[in-house]
Amino acid sequence: MAANPQLNANGELQHLLSIEGLPREILVQILDTAEPFAGVTEREVKKVPLMRGKSVFNLFFEASTRTRTTFEIAAKRLSADVINLNVAASSQSKGESLLDTVANLSAMQADVFVVRHGSSGAPYLIARHVKPHEHVINAGDGRHAHPTQGLLDLYTIRHYKKDFTGLTVAIVGDVLHSRVARSLIHGLTTLGAPEVRVIGPQTLLPAGVESLGVRVFHDMRAGLKGCDVVVMLRLQNERMNGALLPSAQEFFKHYGLTADKLALAKADAIVMHPGPMNRGVEIDSSVADGPHSVILPQVTFGIAVRMAVMSIVAGN
Amino acid sequence: MTKLPDAETLLPKLAAELRGHITPASAMIGLHTGGAWLAERLHPLLGMKDPLGLMDIAFYRDDYAKEGLKHDPKRTKIPFEVEGRDLLLVDDVLYTGRTVRAAMNELFDYGRPRSISLVVLADRGGRQLPIAAQHVGARVEVPAGKRLRLKRGASGKLSLELEDGG
Repeated sequence: MAANPQLNANGELQHLLSIEGLPREILVQILDTAEPFAGVTEREVKKVPLMRGKSVFNLFFEASTRTRTTFEIAAKRLSADVINLNVAASSQSKGESLLDTVANLSAMQADVFVVRHGSSGAPYLIARHVKPHEHVINAGDGRHAHPTQGLLDLYTIRHYKKDFTGLTVAIVGDVLHSRVARSLIHGLTTLGAPEVRVIGPQTLLPAGVESLGVRVFHDMRAGLKGCDVVVMLRLQNERMNGALLPSAQEFFKHYGLTADKLALAKADAIVMHPGPMNRGVEIDSSVADGPHSVILPQVTFGIAVRMAVMSIVAGN
Repeated sequence: MTKLPDAETLLPKLAAELRGHITPASAMIGLHTGGAWLAERLHPLLGMKDPLGLMDIAFYRDDYAKEGLKHDPKRTKIPFEVEGRDLLLVDDVLYTGRTVRAAMNELFDYGRPRSISLVVLADRGGRQLPIAAQHVGARVEVPAGKRLRLKRGASGKLSLELEDGG
């Protein structure tokens, strides 16, 4: 078996490429480290000097204002210097290869590359070619993985539910196009959540999704019964090439989270969404803004989790 | 074998010494992990109005570039305004002074205290920075290659122990 490309010779986190394949201890280390960083983000001075002098390059080959911004805030709160590159608009359009772009940035003394790419596996390719002191963090590659989103979801669940043992977690909607769902499923199973359900129409669930260790439901009401955590996914209009759905209205009727459907989950269930939300498509406004929603705390925790990931990899 | 002083004997003496220095603006902060244990014992003996603060200096260390981030850092909790206070900073063992340097940097991200005094159970010398403690339980000679550590037993009893490693 090839060595895990995310770990160094001491078994420490060198790059964060995917939650899949990460040992439990490293997931726990990241979540535990994020906890004190969440404290830093609540202070008046929301900054620690840990990564002073380090350079973080945000390499976004695919647009994402929100994810890029949260990585930028995380790096700045660690006192790193942040350079944002909208690569799609520059080097790539001039014909430069991915590895040439990275080699050029490396010559500018990079320490961390945060990579978002439309092709699955692009961050792996970069990680194989960077120098030993350089680190790669996957900020979303194709349909494959979005590990920091998965980690912030895990952090949010642990924050509200304290523990994963005994939890029933439902992931609802467009699992097929979601890299978030995949990352979260791997994380939940690694941390010992006994029941992970996916709920959605056949056309939006990946073939063989059961092999990830989840229970599949096509009836949302049945799937939500007794859940502790409900994770709604965004209906990814921009990733849909064919006609997988009759209409957004039809989708909302069957798979949109409304107050009456949520009432089937446990009384203290939390509702999560990775954002951006399509109100009235996958989630009703009354739920998104309601007492079960932890959607905005997810965003706040996301910064602490990204601070933890950056400071752990850059220190190894 | 060096005879180490008994932590439980030093503790009330240290508290008695501190009592004469408590002002209305006094507040206490213990440094994780040993300093926090010590502070948890000293704090109730001194009648200060604010709850105890706890600090982990993991994000302010000067050896991050070499050592990386240590596992399991704790959240710093300072449940009072630092601005204008007379702070008693509590640690178990004073050695190079680097932890205290980091703690002072972190403290100033919370505000501008009127004063900071350093309280330690044991001073083992070996300073690498111009830092001194104002309140010292005992001065301890530590053999080369050994580390002096505060331990807490199951019953909560504190003791000083020597471990291998500088």
